[in-house]
Amino acid sequence: MMRNLKPALISAVVVVILSGLLMGIRLSQQGTSLVLVGAGADVAVKIAGAALFIFLFNLFRDQLTALWLKVPALPRTPAAFSILAARPAAHRLFWCFLIAAALIWPFLTNRSNIDLATLVLIYVMLGLGLNIVVGLAGLLDLGYVGFYAVGAYTYALLAMYFGIGFWTGLVAAGAMAALFGFLLGFPVLRLRGDYLAIVTLGFGEIIRILLNNFTSLTNGPNGIGNIPKPELFGLEFSRRASEGAQTFHEFFGITFNSVHRVMFLYFLALLLVLLTLFVINRLLRMPVGRAWEALREDEVACRSLGINPTAVKLNAFTIGATFAGFAGCFFAARQGFISPESFTFIESAIILAIVVLGGMGSQLGVILAAIIMTLLPEVARQFDEYRMLLFGLLMVLMMIWRPQGLLPMKRPHMELRT
Amino acid sequence: MPDWFYYLLQQLLNGLTVGSTYALIAIGYTMVYGIIGMINFAHGEVYMIGSYIAFIVLAALALMGIESLPLLIIGALLVSMVVTSAYGYSIERVAYRPLRGGNRLIPLISAIGMSIFLQNLVRLAQGSRDIAMPNLVRGGLDIGPATGFHATLSYMQIIIFVVTLISMTLLTLFITRSRMGRACRACAEDLKMTNLLGINTNAIIALTFVIGAALAAVAGVLLGMYYGVINPYIGFMAGLKAFTAAVLGGIGSIPGAVLGGLLLGVAEAMTSGYFSAEYKDVVAFSVLILVLLFRPSGILGRPEVEKV
Repeated sequence: MMRNLKPALISAVVVVILSGLLMGIRLSQQGTSLVLVGAGADVAVKIAGAALFIFLFNLFRDQLTALWLKVPALPRTPAAFSILAARPAAHRLFWCFLIAAALIWPFLTNRSNIDLATLVLIYVMLGLGLNIVVGLAGLLDLGYVGFYAVGAYTYALLAMYFGIGFWTGLVAAGAMAALFGFLLGFPVLRLRGDYLAIVTLGFGEIIRILLNNFTSLTNGPNGIGNIPKPELFGLEFSRRASEGAQTFHEFFGITFNSVHRVMFLYFLALLLVLLTLFVINRLLRMPVGRAWEALREDEVACRSLGINPTAVKLNAFTIGATFAGFAGCFFAARQGFISPESFTFIESAIILAIVVLGGMGSQLGVILAAIIMTLLPEVARQFDEYRMLLFGLLMVLMMIWRPQGLLPMKRPHMELRT
Repeated sequence: MPDWFYYLLQQLLNGLTVGSTYALIAIGYTMVYGIIGMINFAHGEVYMIGSYIAFIVLAALALMGIESLPLLIIGALLVSMVVTSAYGYSIERVAYRPLRGGNRLIPLISAIGMSIFLQNLVRLAQGSRDIAMPNLVRGGLDIGPATGFHATLSYMQIIIFVVTLISMTLLTLFITRSRMGRACRACAEDLKMTNLLGINTNAIIALTFVIGAALAAVAGVLLGMYYGVINPYIGFMAGLKAFTAAVLGGIGSIPGAVLGGLLLGVAEAMTSGYFSAEYKDVVAFSVLILVLLFRPSGILGRPEVEKV
């Protein structure tokens, strides 16, 4: 204990230095002059408390470690259960159950919940798309939101200038984002991991800055409004049909209810997510999917086995971008209004956090993480201010304690049963 | 001399001013990268915190009635260097040290988390609005004809050049002459071997973070006073630009970082002067991308050999 006294004291002093000035005193503006305001006694108490906590923690470090080791480990899942859970049939049943729940659920709840669920699904889609690039191919892409923006703007601009509908726009947005992914990926994929991350970040920012400043085309920071909503085989979800079109409630002879549109958007998002999941799962079982994972594990070994790393990475990058384009198009159609504000770096970081939190490569993990990341700030409204703070902290802590994520990816494998 | 010459000279002076502060921040990136091969993404936030501390200290000293300019600047520099050093040390200790030796991407993700955390910490503590400070240093030297178009070298710019020069001289002396500086260079050469030879490499790595943070604080104080406006979000862009500078000069090389910073500053000033100020950030990113594509080792860097 005495041995730890000096480091404990030092860390307590460091805590005071860290927080004393920055949090204890607040700068504020009065007219043109700068004044200082004390942050109040409660902040001083908090700082003192934090310093004391760190001091005690470091002082009793050894004892705490000993105590921690004595805590019995959580009971492992019973062997019978894990064998059952590993069966493909159990997997299929689980997914069927999940999808059925997602289909029935909107009929049992209210409008705002469905709306929220749609938002979750957008993030699920983005998470799954980025998961291909980061989780499977092991390329850290910090500019993913750029492709999301390309998708959203493609649809919005095409609808504004040429009046195309949602479904054509969806295809165009996916294709455009894929093209961007291909063109941007082509030069940068030779770079090593961390350089790649920074360059993709740069691309994401360039796309946003261009959208912001190319006012004649994109309307700049004012954004684009009145983006048409999606329709179902030509049926519109509005009270009155526009010229030469029919509305959903007229066609089916039911009274107009605005919930129909919200539900339709939800099912559309669900459809897109399921499509994404299906395509990714197929790809994973194809040589290209295997190559992604092999590349993530060891690039040099891959090259010596005759896999062309650049081509494989480009694949992952382009396919990931395509899904971001789809998500962007859907986002634009759902919001009806987009501006470059929606596509900042923070958005990329949130999507990355979803992938990291869920477990890189794990699809169920990504879905779970997307739900947590979107619902948490809604549930804990009073902590809204602290959302981003906690979120940054969570990213650091996850990397330290559980870099493999909440639900780590399980490779499909076979076992001999005795 | 014709007008265009003075216009060019003015852009050059502005570019060199901003560039020299980029160089100060870039040294932090380059030293850390040189030793442990990671991009310290949170370094830009340390610069931002340095700016905030400088504003607090300047306002506090002004309240105490201290008017002498050198005293104000030295006070702000010292306090802000001490505080950011503590930040540099703590960031390394908390977010990076437990992750050392694993996958390269894991510390980078942790660094992004740290950057978001610090940005929001300052936002919660100090508010997200712009904080402006009245100009402490007014006036400057006119270059060229007294009437008509001429270039101006403001006193603040002179202060920036002088302080930057002093900091870099001190750093060079420390790195080349002192025992710890030698240990730093040894770590950059071969971390494992240095450890085997009985040098506490953990302490040296922590020292690198502290030096980088202190230099970022110098940049924060100077640039904060130069622009006169700060907010919690300035660290992101400044960090990216400094990283670009470090890459441009050749990451791992300290003279390279200085050269890269100056070049980037000038390139940006030329863009805002002759093209459009909105696109100056695009220039920084384009430079970064082009350098990484065509000369990843930078101007003064050594090409990296991949070892299996």
